[in-house]
Amino acid sequence: MMNAVKLVETKDLGIHFGGLKAVQGVNFSLNQGELRCLIGPNGAGKTTFFRLLTGVHKPSVGSVTINGTTIKGLQTHQIANLGVGIKTQIPSLFDNLTVRENLWLSARKRNARAEADRIADGVLETIRLAHAAKTEVAKLAHPKLILLDEPAAGMTGHERERTAELIRDINRTCAMIVVEHDMEFIKMIAKTVTVFNRGEVLMEDAVDKVLSDQRVKDVYLGKQIGGVTL
Amino acid sequence: MILSVADLASGYGRIPILNGISFGVAEGECVGIWGHNGMGKTTLLTTLLGYQPATRGSITFGGDDVTRLATHSRARRGMGLVPQGRQIFPALTVAENLRMGSVVSGGQREGVIEEILELFPRLKPLLSRTGGLLSGGEQQLLALARCLCGKPKIMMLDEPTEGIQPSINEEIVETLIELRKRTRLTLIVVEQRREFIAALADRVLLMQKGEISAEVRPDELLKMDELH
Repeated sequence: MMNAVKLVETKDLGIHFGGLKAVQGVNFSLNQGELRCLIGPNGAGKTTFFRLLTGVHKPSVGSVTINGTTIKGLQTHQIANLGVGIKTQIPSLFDNLTVRENLWLSARKRNARAEADRIADGVLETIRLAHAAKTEVAKLAHPKLILLDEPAAGMTGHERERTAELIRDINRTCAMIVVEHDMEFIKMIAKTVTVFNRGEVLMEDAVDKVLSDQRVKDVYLGKQIGGVTL
Repeated sequence: MILSVADLASGYGRIPILNGISFGVAEGECVGIWGHNGMGKTTLLTTLLGYQPATRGSITFGGDDVTRLATHSRARRGMGLVPQGRQIFPALTVAENLRMGSVVSGGQREGVIEEILELFPRLKPLLSRTGGLLSGGEQQLLALARCLCGKPKIMMLDEPTEGIQPSINEEIVETLIELRKRTRLTLIVVEQRREFIAALADRVLLMQKGEISAEVRPDELLKMDELH
């Protein structure tokens, strides 16, 4: 990419829990405005990698740099203030608040009350899906980077297409990393795909090359019954 | 019919979710249930199992009316559930999870667990590992195996592919196909992925707004437009 500016860079990043090396030796970089998909087997370290980027986990080795700032020693809220938003695998909404209240709280983080009112109402106008709402919550604080953990989980075709549209729309203004097991969804949104396996990066390439790679089929995609990825 | 459901209604407080569902499932059959989020698919399963009381209608299983029976009584009669999100016991080992499943079928019968493990070779080396340390895919296999250790006559699966890698979804399909070859196990599969349902089901019920709006063949499901 021409004039690409790195937004995220990890160097030799690793974390172990007791004897388990959940992430090891990960050198990953993401440019500003890029949309990257992460795939890999359950337990390959994708969610742990997200937690290292957001400061929920502290690395055992290596470093994470976001927008030029090394996040070592920073608290999660300080990393969020660097412009990192996340929608987790199990959506962390305030269950006792209304959809609008959830949206407003996120908007209020970086805006005055009146502006937060305006933003929350505007988003309410445009959203139709429960999961889309959750995605929009991540968007409201105007982050530079959004991490989405399985945004299409449990969605049918139309909902999936709508979520893909929403992600492309959000990606116009900020970089995104999307973890997903739904290959149809990956094909809808992905350009470059990074494959994790056993805590390491197995490969990183264009989506069509990754999905036809024998190593990826062996560890992740399977035999593809009837030519279809389940 | 091993399961007959007539005019079944249920809901949460004043909010009705199921509005008069009727269908039957023959012994050994695999019925898929497909529909958007919020259409009542999970509520249908939880009402069949008795987690959620029926407000109207009846559920007949194995010739007996089970509509008012407690969940554990339905489980002992052979109704099994693989819940959405797996819900294994994270603090127990794989072997202990399986033993908990076997309690439903009389309990502690090692023979049952060994027999089920033959279908799940991936779990065999993990027996002493804590359930919470398994990957999502391994947990889903454990949830399936745990349910089967209860020797159910009917097994209901709620969104088994959610959050699971493609190769394990294939493994689940192959395991269930093999299981159906070996036994007369009846299956109800609630799932969003049409390809998964089509690979398993004999027929598919479409759910919309708490009702069954149509029944289609698996090949028809794959060609269908969206439900609106």
